[in-house]
Amino acid sequence: MMRKKALTAGIAAAAALLLLAGCANKAGSPTSTSGGGAVDIPVSTTVDAPKNPVLPAGDGKAKCAATTKLAYIGAETGPNAQLGINIYNGVQLAINQHNKANPDCQVQFTKFDTEGDPTKATGPVTQAVGEADIIGVVGLPFSGESKATGNIFEQQGLVHITPSATGVSLTTNGWKTFFRGLGNDGVQGPAAAKFLVNELKAKKVYVVQDDSEYGIGLAKSVTDGLGSGAVAGTDKVTTGQKDFSATISKIMNAKPDAVYYAGYAPEAAPFDQQLVAKGFKGTFVAPDGVKGDNFIKLAGDASKNSYFTCPCIPGELIPSFEKDYKALVNVEPDTYSVEAYDVTTVLLSGIDAGKQTRADLLAWVTAYDKDGVSKHYKWDATGELQAPDVYGYKVQDGKVAPIGLIGK
Amino acid sequence: MIELVALSVVHADDSWINFDVNALFQNFWSTTFDGLTFGAVYGLIAVGYTLVYGVLSLINFAHSEVFIVGAYGVVTTLTSLGFGPSAPTIGPAEIIMDLLLALVVGMLASAVTAFLVERVAYRPLRKRNAPRLAFLITAIGVSFAIQYIIFLPFVAGANPQPAVTMFIPDPVFDVFGTIITNQQIIIVVSAVVLMVGTDLFIRRSRTGRGIRAVAQDPDTATLMGVSKERTIVTTFVLGGLLAGAAALFYVMLVPSGVIYNGGFILGVKAFAAAVLGGIGNVRGALLGGILLGLVGNYGQILLGDSQWTDVVAFVILVLVLLVRPTGILGTTLGRSRA
Repeated sequence: MMRKKALTAGIAAAAALLLLAGCANKAGSPTSTSGGGAVDIPVSTTVDAPKNPVLPAGDGKAKCAATTKLAYIGAETGPNAQLGINIYNGVQLAINQHNKANPDCQVQFTKFDTEGDPTKATGPVTQAVGEADIIGVVGLPFSGESKATGNIFEQQGLVHITPSATGVSLTTNGWKTFFRGLGNDGVQGPAAAKFLVNELKAKKVYVVQDDSEYGIGLAKSVTDGLGSGAVAGTDKVTTGQKDFSATISKIMNAKPDAVYYAGYAPEAAPFDQQLVAKGFKGTFVAPDGVKGDNFIKLAGDASKNSYFTCPCIPGELIPSFEKDYKALVNVEPDTYSVEAYDVTTVLLSGIDAGKQTRADLLAWVTAYDKDGVSKHYKWDATGELQAPDVYGYKVQDGKVAPIGLIGK
Repeated sequence: MIELVALSVVHADDSWINFDVNALFQNFWSTTFDGLTFGAVYGLIAVGYTLVYGVLSLINFAHSEVFIVGAYGVVTTLTSLGFGPSAPTIGPAEIIMDLLLALVVGMLASAVTAFLVERVAYRPLRKRNAPRLAFLITAIGVSFAIQYIIFLPFVAGANPQPAVTMFIPDPVFDVFGTIITNQQIIIVVSAVVLMVGTDLFIRRSRTGRGIRAVAQDPDTATLMGVSKERTIVTTFVLGGLLAGAAALFYVMLVPSGVIYNGGFILGVKAFAAAVLGGIGNVRGALLGGILLGLVGNYGQILLGDSQWTDVVAFVILVLVLLVRPTGILGTTLGRSRA
């Protein structure tokens, strides 16, 4: 019968082809091991954190209504969920410590899921601002969704501190309720450019951006920082794209020393993997949206060539925080966990000081000027953090490891 | 006058669209081979759309989920065999055995999904002689239902599956300075072999003749002793088998591409490939897939950035359909001769 013949022929052919794969595979051997590029930057083991930070526990004498509530609004599911999980675990830790130390002030915690998607964020945000008991919010994690929802918070006078959104334009809308617990891409971009040129010794950098608010802004900032002489070329990709072959073909022709990818991990991972599969030997550098163990899990061995820039502090190097975080969720603190913990502390200390309405808590954050466990928190009139730091990270032994301060 | 001003504005802003012919020449061969590789995957998925359309005149939107279930099958098999993000350390013979096993599991997973979709969603509608629109809406509904079943935390969850590296692609030979890897050869050749096999099956075998008969005239075919229901199930299963094979090749190309909604864009592209080649035509599906892969790649290089891929691919689709509404090869399944 024809059917059987065709099937047999198909299987035989497939076997022959796979044999080809196996033989060719044996001939070659896995290439570069760690660091990717020519230079190797050592891992740092300490971080310069404030000595006497404000802690969520406070003095233990706080009193507040049983209905007092803080909320996390951001991704719990969706392709970028990992960043959201890192954040709400940090928030949860701060609230747990606060409630344990203050029997007369049990702050409730509630979460709203945006999937990190600007088109889905307005629903959960509207729902949250409608709940009168919620007096402060940690979020939203991403720049696109923050931009889409800032006005809703503004209308209801609900203070929200983002532990992770770095888009520059977010503080240019005249919003009084928006605060950013870290440096923006206007700080990260130039720091990344300097890091590429001075520390990674890259003479030519290829800059790739995605189509998000964040990727577009950051790529511009990095390109400006590098100057036209050091940019080997640029390309734009889309969210959800999986086939990067044409972009990679252009990169291989331009022969850059490094590639900077301004975007998020779900695209950066297959991008880096396909880049390495095509024989790219240079360094892959990506921002905070890519940094994290999830990227390594998705990119596999290819991630060995990767460095990250991030306006975030390596929380795993702050011993007390690292220990408590690990006790809560049984994993090491990841990107933005410590920032989330710190900004939650800002809100909790306000509640402890008797600022228990939306207006009072907003005024408290606006005037805030104290140390957190990772850094000092004080905002200017637009909600931008004063004196932010940018740190460098690299992939070492299948994990993200900090390599120290790369810019201020 | 207004038009003139508008034109000059577009013209002045040369960063908006620039035709970079030089880049196309520089990257011509590498983009060609990459386009062929991805195009072959589109083509394999496109057969599923084409066959079902040929027999039922139904656009089976759930086919993208038939594909992604196969991809989950492939990844789960490989993970349980010890494959992970790092390149495997086992010998080539073992890799081949494992990949063949993953191929079989992927094909079975997709085929079973296709079978179930047909049984649960389409057959009851057929029994009730539902209007064609009801099938279409059901197809979209089933597509979402499967996506969100996978999305459930205890099934696979919202996050993509960790990367599974099957082997490190190795250069085999050089064409005009462009390296061809064993991975590309495997994918393109296997896809072509599978398609030729399917084509022969449809044209030469008894079951294939049945499929063509039902496509041509279901009532007469029934009178001639062809079981319509059985033919329809065969069609779905055949499309599922090929989608499962495509899943293995897709995971080979994009090891971290397996996510609950990961089939959607591929499905749209494969459907476009089927229409481009002539829907209902098996050879057209492969041709359409490869054309779509190539044209998208050339277009994005020519226009400067990767965000143009789909725009170019779909503009070409529209243009071709304006000239040849039945697609390039045109013939339907029923009219193809043995």
